[in-house]
Amino acid sequence: MRNWQMPVRAIKRVDEENRLRGVFLRVVAIFLALAVGGLFLWALGFSPVAVYASMIEGAVGTKTALRMTARLCIPLLITSLAVTLAFKMRFWNIGAEGQIGVGAIAASYVALYHSDMPRVLLLLTMAAAGFVAGGLYGAIPAYFKAKFGTNETLFTLMLNYVAFYTIQALAQGAWKDPAGMGFPKIARFASQAQLPTLLGVHIGWVVALVLVVLVHLYLRCTKQGYELTVVGENENTARYAGMNVKKILVRTMFLSAGLAGLAGMLQASGADKTLTESVANNVGFTAITVAWLAQLNPLAMVVVTVLFCILTKGSDTIQSLYNIAPAAAEVFQGIILFFVLGSEFFIRYRLRFVGFKGGKVE
Amino acid sequence: MVEHATAPAIELRGLTKSFGNVVANSEVDLTVHQGEILSLLGENGSGKTTLMNMLMGLYRPDKGEIYIHGARADIQSPHDAIALGVGMIHQHFKLVDVLTVRDNIVLGTRGGGSRKQIDAKIRELSQRFDLNIAPERKIYSLSVGEKQMVEIMKVLYRGARTLILDEPTAVLTPQEIDRLFAILRRMKKDGCAIIIITHKLNEVMEISDRVTILRKGRSMGTVVTGEIQIRDLIERMVGESIDLSIHRPEPKRGGNVLDVHRLSVLNEDKVAVLSDVSFAIARGEILGVAGVSGSGQRELCETIAGLMAPSRGAILVDGVDIAGHSARDIIKMGVHMSFIPEDRFGMGLLPSMNIVDNMLLKSYCAHKGIGLDRRPARKLAEEVVETLNVYTPGLNSPVRLLSGGNAQKVLLGREISSNPSVLITAYPVRGLDIHSSMTIYQLLNEQKEKGVAVLFIGEDLDVLLELCDRIMVLCGGRVTGIVDARDVTKEQLGLMMTGHPLEEVLGNA
Amino acid sequence: MSEGLSYFLSFLAAAIPAGMPLLYGTLGEILTEKGGNLNLGVEGMMYMGAIFGFVGGYYADSVLVMLLLAFAGGALGALIYAVLTVTLKANQNVTGLTLTIFGTGLANFIGENIVLSSPSQTAKVSDALMARITNAGIPLLKEIPILGPMLFDTNIFVYLGIAIAVGMGLYLNHTRKGLNLRAIGENPAAADAAGVNVTLYKYAHILVGGGVCGIGGAYVTFVTCSGMWIQDCVGGLGWIAVALVIFASWSPYRALLGSLVFGALRVVQFYKPAFMRGISDPLFSMIPFLVTAIVLVITSIRLRPERMQPKGCGTNYDREER
Repeated sequence: MRNWQMPVRAIKRVDEENRLRGVFLRVVAIFLALAVGGLFLWALGFSPVAVYASMIEGAVGTKTALRMTARLCIPLLITSLAVTLAFKMRFWNIGAEGQIGVGAIAASYVALYHSDMPRVLLLLTMAAAGFVAGGLYGAIPAYFKAKFGTNETLFTLMLNYVAFYTIQALAQGAWKDPAGMGFPKIARFASQAQLPTLLGVHIGWVVALVLVVLVHLYLRCTKQGYELTVVGENENTARYAGMNVKKILVRTMFLSAGLAGLAGMLQASGADKTLTESVANNVGFTAITVAWLAQLNPLAMVVVTVLFCILTKGSDTIQSLYNIAPAAAEVFQGIILFFVLGSEFFIRYRLRFVGFKGGKVE
Repeated sequence: MVEHATAPAIELRGLTKSFGNVVANSEVDLTVHQGEILSLLGENGSGKTTLMNMLMGLYRPDKGEIYIHGARADIQSPHDAIALGVGMIHQHFKLVDVLTVRDNIVLGTRGGGSRKQIDAKIRELSQRFDLNIAPERKIYSLSVGEKQMVEIMKVLYRGARTLILDEPTAVLTPQEIDRLFAILRRMKKDGCAIIIITHKLNEVMEISDRVTILRKGRSMGTVVTGEIQIRDLIERMVGESIDLSIHRPEPKRGGNVLDVHRLSVLNEDKVAVLSDVSFAIARGEILGVAGVSGSGQRELCETIAGLMAPSRGAILVDGVDIAGHSARDIIKMGVHMSFIPEDRFGMGLLPSMNIVDNMLLKSYCAHKGIGLDRRPARKLAEEVVETLNVYTPGLNSPVRLLSGGNAQKVLLGREISSNPSVLITAYPVRGLDIHSSMTIYQLLNEQKEKGVAVLFIGEDLDVLLELCDRIMVLCGGRVTGIVDARDVTKEQLGLMMTGHPLEEVLGNA
Repeated sequence: MSEGLSYFLSFLAAAIPAGMPLLYGTLGEILTEKGGNLNLGVEGMMYMGAIFGFVGGYYADSVLVMLLLAFAGGALGALIYAVLTVTLKANQNVTGLTLTIFGTGLANFIGENIVLSSPSQTAKVSDALMARITNAGIPLLKEIPILGPMLFDTNIFVYLGIAIAVGMGLYLNHTRKGLNLRAIGENPAAADAAGVNVTLYKYAHILVGGGVCGIGGAYVTFVTCSGMWIQDCVGGLGWIAVALVIFASWSPYRALLGSLVFGALRVVQFYKPAFMRGISDPLFSMIPFLVTAIVLVITSIRLRPERMQPKGCGTNYDREER
C-alpha cells in the first residue's frame, strides 16, 4: 500500500450551471493556449509578441485583409451552424467537409451547364442544388444510422474522401477545362454564376448572418428543434414520448448537411469562382471546433468564427513575414481546443489540496 | 452482550463525506467484530452505501479514520481494501457480463496458479459455504441469484474476512433470502465479520446481532438487536414514529379497462421475452406484478406503452386494440395512458433540461403549426411544483439536479395531468425515502379511486401485498399465476416467482 | 508459373506493405478501445509518429532512434488525449478529433520548416538508412519460393507489425493483465471494485496504442514516401484504421487480414486489369474509403454480440459519479 496520496482531489461543484464562471474559464483557457503557442514560437526562435501582433495586423490591419478574413468566415460560420444541428442531436457529423464538396459539385454543375438562366434565378438554383445535394449526401449516413445503427462518425468521414476524389476525378476528366492548357482544372464560372458583392465581400456573409438567426430560432422555438434536442438528450425518452426517432435523425441530418452544401455553393460561386478540390479546405473540421467552443450556441458561434478566421488569415501572413509554415494555424487551433476541453473539467469540479500524507499505515 | 478480547475487525471513527453541498455522511462511527453480523439500517438516501464505499476506498472521506483490526488504515482504492481483507457485494453487481464466472472471480488478483488450481480453490470455497458456482459460464447467462453467489465468491476468493453486503435481499425471492441468510450464518460461525446494509426491518431482526442506524447521514446509535423493538427502530430511522403500513382503499371495481390477451414479445435477438401473457385490470383497481428482475416486467410495460411491438396478441384499452401501435399513434387513437418507467433519468425525463421543457414532452405537438408554445407547459410545471410539493431551486434548473423523490414527482405529475385511464408504473419508489414513497403510494391510491386502472410493477413483496388488489406473478416471461393479494403469502409468491405454477403452490399450502 | 499467377503474386506482395500502416493504426486503436477509450486521433498520432520518426531518421541516421521517436511521437499525442479524457473527463469524440487536427498541423508544420530550411528545398533521409530499413531480408527464409520474397524479404516494419499483432493477441486473451484491460473496457466500475487500477491501465494502454499508431506513421514516411517528407502524407489512413477496428471486430489477428484486404485496395490501381485502364486515378484512390463505408454498413447489419465494441467505449469513468 502507498503511504502517500495524490495531494489534490477533485470535488464536484454544486453550481455547475454558473454561466459567468464558464465564460471566464474558457477565456482563461484561450489565453493559456496562446501562451503555450507563444512558448512554442519562442522555442523556434521567434518573438511571440511580434508574431501575434503581425497575425492580427495581417488579418484585420488593412481593408483588403479585413475583406479576405471576412471571406474566410462565411463558409466556416455556416458550416458551424450545420454541424450544430447534428451535434445537438448527438449525431457526430464529421462529414461536413464532404457535404461542402458535394454541394459545390451540384452548384457547379448548374453554373457550368445551365448558365443561360437569368442571374437571380441561376444563383437561386445553384443554392438550391447545393443545399439539396449536400443534404442528401448527409442523409445517407443518417439513414443507415437510423436503420442499422451504423457508426456515423466513420461513415460521414469516409464520405469526405469520396467527395474529395470525385472533384479530383471531375477536374481530370468530364469537367476538365479545355482551355486549361492540359492542367486538370475546371473552368471559371460565367460571371453571372458568380455571387455579387456587398461592401467588398460576396453576399454570402449576409446569408450567413441570416442563418445564424434562423438556426437559433429553429432550435429554440420550433417543434422540430425541440424534437431533435430531445433525441440528443435521451433517445429512449424520445421514443417514450412517441417521437419517430428515425425520421428526426434523417430530417435533421438533411438540414445539417444541406447547410454545409450551401456553404460549398457560396464558396465555389462567391470566393473561388470555380470548383476546386480544396473547396472545403478543412472548414468541415474547423467548424466542429468552432461549434464545440461556442457550446452549440449559434450567437456565440459568430464570435468564435471571427476569432478563428483571424488565426487562419494571420497564419498566412506570418508565413510570408517570418517563413513560418501556415500549418501553424492548425497547431494553434488544436492547442486552443485542448485547453478549452481541459477547462471544462474545472467548470464541473473544483480542486482541493489535501497534502501528500494520508493516514499512516502500520 | 459478548465481550470481545481482540480489536474489532472494522472500526470507523467520525467519517464525514459530502458531495457538493449535500452532506452524505457526518461524523459516523461504526464497529463490527469477528463472528458478528451487523445491520446498517437506514432509509434510501441516508448515506449507508456512501459510508461503505468509503470503507472500500471507492470514495475518499473528507474527515475521519478507519481502523482495521485496531490498526489505522489509509484506504485509497478497492485494491487497498481487498489487501486488508475487506470485500463488498454491491447492490448493483459489479460483474463483467461478457466474461466467464472464473474470469470475474480472478479479475484484478495476481497469481493463483493454473486454471485447474483456481478451479480447485473455487470448488473448495463453494463447498465450505454451500455456494453453487459454475466457473465456465458467462455472467450474462446467470440469474440474479446466481450473480450474487459469484459476487460473494469473488470476495471470498480474495481472502476477505470482512464482508459488506449492500441491500442483498432486494432482488431475491423469500426462498433465496433464506438461503443467503444460511450462508451468512455459516460465515459468521467461520469467524467472518459481516455488515449487511438494509432498509427492511424484519431482516434486521432476523439476521443481525447488532444494528447501527443512519438517518440523513448521521448515526442514530448502535443497539443490540435482541434488546430493541421494531417500533423504536422506525423512530430512530425516520425521526418520528410513523405508521409504515400502506392504506388500501376498497376497490370500486368497474368493467375492465385494460385487457391484455395472449401477448407474446420477442426481443432484438428474436428470443421470447413474454409468452402468452393474459390479464385484465378493472376500473379502480391496482394490479401488482411480482417477479425476479428480468422476468419480462420491462418488456410488458414497454409493449403496452407502445415502445415495443408484440409478435402476437392483443392489448385492448376500453375495447380499442393498441397492440403494435407507437406511443404517438396510441395518443392519436384517443387512448389516455400514462407510463412511469423504471429508470426515470434513462427514460421519461430529460435530465439536462428544465422542468418546463420536461412538461412539454407529452404535449408539445398538441397544437397546430411549427412553432413551440411553452406557456401551457410552464403553467403545468407551476401546478405540479405547487401541488406535489416539489423542492426545486426554480423552474429553469435542470431536473437532474433534483433529488430522486422530487424528480419522480415531476414525472408522475406530468403523467397524471393527462387524466389517464390506464397508469403503468414500474418500480415507482425505487431509491426514494420513506416519505416520498408514501406520497407516491397515496397518489396511486388517488388515481385508483378516480377509476384509473393501475399496473404496478414492484420488487418489495411486502409493498405489493399491502398496496395491490391483485398480484400477477411473472417468471421467465410467463404468467405463473394471478392471485388476490389478501389470499396469498410472501412465500407462496416466492415459489411462483421461481416458476412453480399457482395450482401447485396452493396445493402445497 | 503462369504470367497471370505471378502477376497476382506480385500484387499480393505489394498489398502486404500497403496494408502495413493500416495494421499499425488498427492495432493501436484496438489496444486503446479494449480499455474503453475511443480515440479518433489515430490520424493525428500517425502524423506525429511520421514527423518524429522522420526527424529521428533525418538527424540521427539510426533505425532504432527513428523507431523510438516514431513511437514517442504517437505516444505524445496519446498522452494529450489520455490527460484530457482520463483525468479531465473531456468528451472522447471531440478530443480525438482535435488530436487529429493538432497532429496533422504539427507534422506539416515541422516538416515544412525542415523542408524550407534545407538548401535543396526537399528533405530526404540518407540512402544508407533507407537501405537498412527496406532491405531487411532474412537469410535462408527469403529463399522459400513464393512466400519467401513476400514475407521474409521485405522491410523491418512488416516483421515488427506482424509481431505486434501476434503479441497483442496473446496479451489480450491469455494474460491476467489482458483480462484486466478487457474488464475495464467492458465495465470499469467492476474492474475498479475488483482492485484493478483503472487509471493506470488506461494511461498505459492509450500511450502504447498511440505509440503503435506512431510507428504506422513512420511507415508512411519511410516506405510509402521513400524517406522523403511530403506534406499531408498520411492522407486519411488513420481514419480507415479506426474503421478497420470494427472490420476486425477488436481482434488483432483479424486486423492482419483486414490490413491485407485494404492494402490490396490501395495498390489495385497499379495492378488494374486492362479493361479498367480508362478509369482515372482519383476514382481508384477513392476505393478504400468507399469500401470502408460499405463495410461499416454491412458490419452494423450483422453484428454478433460477442464481437462488439467494448461497452465502456466512449464514456469516461468517474468513480464518484452519482
